[in-house]
Amino acid sequence: MRGWRWLVIVPYFLLATLPLCWLFLTSLKTQEAAISSTASLIPTTDENIAPGGLKFSATGDAYRKLATPHTGKAHAFFHYLFNSVIIGLLSALASVVLGTGCAYGFSRFRIAGTRDWLFFIFSTRFLPPLAVVVPVLMMYRLFDLPNTHLGLILLYTAFNLSLAVWLMKGFIDEIPRAYEEAALVDGYSPFQAFYKIILPHSATGMAVTAVFCLISAWNEYGFALALNNAEAVTVPVYFAGLQGNIQGIPWPQIAAGVLIFVVPIAVFTVLVRKHLLRGVTFGTIKQ
Amino acid sequence: MGDPFLKIDNLSKVYGETHALSDIFLFLHAGELLVVLGPTGAGKTTLLRIIAGLEVPDAGRVVVEGMDMTHCLPAERDVALVFQNFSLYPNKTVRQNLEFPLRAPGRNLSKTEIANRISDTANLLRIAPLLDRPATHLSGGEMQRVAIGRAIVRQPRLFLFDEPLTNLDAKLREVLRVELIRLQRDLGTPMIYVTHDRVEALSMGDRIAVLSEGKILQIGSPEDIYQRPNSPVVARQLGYPPINLIEVHKRADQWFTASNHGIVAADRNAPQRATLGIRPENIFPHGGEIPATIEAVENLGASTILLGTWADRPIHILITGETQWHPGDVIYPSVDPNRVVVWERRNEE
Repeated sequence: MRGWRWLVIVPYFLLATLPLCWLFLTSLKTQEAAISSTASLIPTTDENIAPGGLKFSATGDAYRKLATPHTGKAHAFFHYLFNSVIIGLLSALASVVLGTGCAYGFSRFRIAGTRDWLFFIFSTRFLPPLAVVVPVLMMYRLFDLPNTHLGLILLYTAFNLSLAVWLMKGFIDEIPRAYEEAALVDGYSPFQAFYKIILPHSATGMAVTAVFCLISAWNEYGFALALNNAEAVTVPVYFAGLQGNIQGIPWPQIAAGVLIFVVPIAVFTVLVRKHLLRGVTFGTIKQ
Repeated sequence: MGDPFLKIDNLSKVYGETHALSDIFLFLHAGELLVVLGPTGAGKTTLLRIIAGLEVPDAGRVVVEGMDMTHCLPAERDVALVFQNFSLYPNKTVRQNLEFPLRAPGRNLSKTEIANRISDTANLLRIAPLLDRPATHLSGGEMQRVAIGRAIVRQPRLFLFDEPLTNLDAKLREVLRVELIRLQRDLGTPMIYVTHDRVEALSMGDRIAVLSEGKILQIGSPEDIYQRPNSPVVARQLGYPPINLIEVHKRADQWFTASNHGIVAADRNAPQRATLGIRPENIFPHGGEIPATIEAVENLGASTILLGTWADRPIHILITGETQWHPGDVIYPSVDPNRVVVWERRNEE
């Protein structure tokens, strides 16, 4: 019986990884091989292979070219990757810090209209974010925020904060109050009790929240496009901007860049997958 | 005696519609062990939490050694609270749990002082072999010992114990109860011990405060509360089997039950209508005139409980030793009039 599940798992695995495999193969090709009308699937080290066959000669050129600016672009790929990393990490950090503080307040203190406040925070996710792109752009102009890292960090933090508050509230609610109260009676101030007791216990929740916020900021395209044309361009916007390039779309470089772009998130997600599952099911399973 | 160590002055706390505590007056002398006895929901835990500073009362004051502490942070009060559910820090070892209060800011204890205090406490509570174990790898009794250790290692000026033995099995409860009494006597630190267990209350307390529905019904020595309860509610809190409560009226210096049986002599000055409280051990199975039918016999070893019907109402009689009676036997119980508690009944309910 157990063997049968492989019948599901193996085809699904192939289906799911097919795009990644295709990207990897493309990243090893020359521009000509990449846009050839026949698909060549087997990379070889042989440099003299006639085009049009199943085999093609593999090259690392696409990866090398990522380090130099592409025709018509001001910076190399790694510059945009650095933008993505800075914006993603800082906005995830800000979301977790603010979300944890906010969730702690809602979880532990009697606040007038707690449920309404929480619903309001949740409701900010009802509307597709892009619906407010015009007002955001106008506000940003007023504060000179377009084309800055800070602008995108603020924006992603604002969008992710509701998720962060709700996730963190679930985690903090599960930490028994008695631990904090014991710390208070043991001679610690409320803030020290938060710092010494709540924070260590909610580390898992913070990691989970950070991953969700990071992924969301990492992949965001619409606002990154609308608010930037020079300084704080992120990887998704950079790749999209390569369309209509005078030399044609450089598929091998895009494939190589996408793979590099995916790796950090994939590794991070695999590392925290146990916690992720716990985080996703939070609130539905009570011990 | 001078000023009491702790004074609870006209304390009230309301949760929504519920009066958790109403007009509580209470004091505690230095070195005293006061037991607060009451059923679940009586407000016992709320009282402790207010004294510890985890709750703010709606009215009234908490005065410790002459200083009004009502609005101080818990950290400023220097009291130790032992929770019913132990509340050890789960990600710390036993040693770290004991260290935690000592490392609190403002205590400024040296490393050697901390180490000394921990080893003293561990030896006192016999938890020295457990010091390096994670707090989650302990049995219930060990956890509660560590929780008590965390309280005494600080050498606080007041102990608050919130039903610390409730979650333990009966045997362990007895062992720890005796240890706690010894510990409190040795340390001389005043203690408020909250429980719903009448055995703990009678055996531990210098004084007992009986709390019910947020009100203190009576405060006194265990003997006072047991022998001279000021109301049927208080009387029912203590003693097993429970006290016999009989509604009576007085005629010709006799107490008559509703079924018109004269069961015991009444004092000349006694009120016309009253409720009598008669402890089961103060009823003797012979020497009376009104018959009682025994319905059940419960052998407790050193004593025996007879359950019967007397003057048309159920009655508990406690006799020492084994019994020659069996269900169905008829006896003629008598009561010592001096050992009957009389409460006047004013209005018909």
